[in-house]
Amino acid sequence: MAEYQNIFTRVQVRGPLHAGSALPAGSWERTGQGRFIHWLGRLGDAQIGPIYLGFSGIASLILGFFAIEIIGLNMWASVNWDPVQFVRQLPWLALEPPPPAYGLHLPPLQQGGWWLLAGFCLTASILLWWVRMYRRARALGLGTHTAWAFAAAIWLYLVLGFIRPLLMGSWAEAVPFGIFPHLDWTAAFSLRYGNLFYNPFHMLSIAFLYGSAVLFAMHGATILAVSRFGGEREVEQIIDRGTAAERAAIFWRWTMGFNATFESLHRWGWWFAVLCPLTGGIGILLTGTVVDNWYLWGVKHGIAPPYPAVFPAVIDPASHQGMVP
Amino acid sequence: MKFGLQIAAALVAVIAAAIIFGTFERPPVTTVQRGYRGTAMEQVYNPRLLSAAMAANIAPASLPQAPADGPKAGAVYKNVQVLKDVSVAQFTRLMVSMTTWVAPQQGCAYCHRTAEMASDALYTKVVARRMLQMVRHINADWTSHVAGVGVTCYTCHRGQPVPAVIWWNGDPQAATPGVAIPAVGKNHPSAAAGASSLPDDPFTPFLEQANDIRVEAVQALPGTDNHSIKQTDWTYALMIHFSEALGVNCTYCHNSRQFASWEQSTPQRVTAWYGIRMVRDLNTQYLDGLAGVFPPQRLGPLGDAPKLNCATCHRGAYKPLFGVAMAKEFPELTGAAHP
Repeated sequence: MAEYQNIFTRVQVRGPLHAGSALPAGSWERTGQGRFIHWLGRLGDAQIGPIYLGFSGIASLILGFFAIEIIGLNMWASVNWDPVQFVRQLPWLALEPPPPAYGLHLPPLQQGGWWLLAGFCLTASILLWWVRMYRRARALGLGTHTAWAFAAAIWLYLVLGFIRPLLMGSWAEAVPFGIFPHLDWTAAFSLRYGNLFYNPFHMLSIAFLYGSAVLFAMHGATILAVSRFGGEREVEQIIDRGTAAERAAIFWRWTMGFNATFESLHRWGWWFAVLCPLTGGIGILLTGTVVDNWYLWGVKHGIAPPYPAVFPAVIDPASHQGMVP
Repeated sequence: MKFGLQIAAALVAVIAAAIIFGTFERPPVTTVQRGYRGTAMEQVYNPRLLSAAMAANIAPASLPQAPADGPKAGAVYKNVQVLKDVSVAQFTRLMVSMTTWVAPQQGCAYCHRTAEMASDALYTKVVARRMLQMVRHINADWTSHVAGVGVTCYTCHRGQPVPAVIWWNGDPQAATPGVAIPAVGKNHPSAAAGASSLPDDPFTPFLEQANDIRVEAVQALPGTDNHSIKQTDWTYALMIHFSEALGVNCTYCHNSRQFASWEQSTPQRVTAWYGIRMVRDLNTQYLDGLAGVFPPQRLGPLGDAPKLNCATCHRGAYKPLFGVAMAKEFPELTGAAHP
């Protein structure tokens, strides 16, 4: 007999289908009646729909579709419209930004104009999705924390694909669309600009990234651990501290000497997550515009120490031959 | 439902097994420290793969030395152009050795018309003469790269008429359909660069043409360096080729904290630097010129002659044949290309 437990439950807890709270005046209608899908219930809520699309949602989906079409068709063309090769090579395929010779000019479609068009559609789609997120939060009477966290990710996206290329005067500096190609771009970016690990904002971004993961794991573990004492009602326990909150607090005070509160922990998590792309975006923005080689910059400012020589002295062969390599 | 779950679980297991066994390298892995502690200047080896590489790179026994006195080959045989000053005994020893190195199945007739050994009627004989000149040139003039080890025909050929690793100029496949962006020489699985999406042919720009390999800024602040990230992709692909061809990590030559820095590099980087110049010299001075000699089936899609890269000789070993100095036993293979 299956039994409801607080974690790893094999029982799906379902209420009756719920259409959601009333929408404010001027809203569009929600689409569909909603239904239950068992497999979704294993991951989260089993109810899917009704869906609110709205103007910004529909416009975002259409522009996003255009972007994916432009990227996908260019990728498919690059394997001569072979469907099998398209699937097999998909992780390798890309839509590249224009060559550096075009600078910030608008190149013909075949010379990277497609990249600009796809980038415009994708950016417009993402920004409209942000508007949708903001307005949905407002319509439900929520705070806009999620929208602003999404905005932090959009900031990094815009720096990589738009703001930094503008400052560098070349669309070619932007990231290609493609699974492996954008990863190779990341490695090449660090190689070209002298090792991104010496970029202090990259350091901060990594600290916030790993910090977010640690905080998320600590918080998730804490709430699961105290849920037997009602800890899953964490928001209530912010103001009415029950035994779950007390025990969680004592646990962390005993193990690391300090504890966040049920309230402040969520600010910790939000700020760590948001600061990861915010600081990362600053680091990218400074690369090539303000600093050309982060390692040499690190040497200049005393953060890259010299190590004792192990190998015999090595001299650039090009330097003593008067040759251009 | 239960059946569906089992099917799904089986599918996930098959995919996971394919990923784990198809893409990962089975342990053990050993690490050899080379640089200063804590700098990650180390080489990573899998002893199983290393012993396989060593078994695949064994130098053949050389024939016993032949006397250098007696009549010279140039005086006895007709149409000897390179090995004129070699004794007939040494000449014969070298010809027999070349047969076992290059055409052991086909024998003398692979290059010679047996009725008239001096005839240049077969293209293979013309190519072989040019290759002989190339080997003498390498051993005499490129000691900055081959040092005392030197090369013989076997270094590349390994008992095959055509060396296993050769390349041609990449075909840009300009006919991309419709208005889509034409091929840019990358963004497909690159055999040259470890199956990454990096350029397929980093050889033409760097190992035939002399394009700029150095893309990293040499000053902390901007203003002096216009290299693009796209250019970096090409250098990156060439370097992956180096690593794969020699069976070494980046840190065999570079300190990865600053790839450009010569002060922190190992002496092997200097050897590699001369290697790039050597390969470029050989491709342009010796192999490109053979495009008119080779029959069409030996030429690349753009009609160019087959060329060499690092892997042609190295074949996964940090020194070809793990440093066996075969050339020392064949002094005829060192000297001026045009005596």
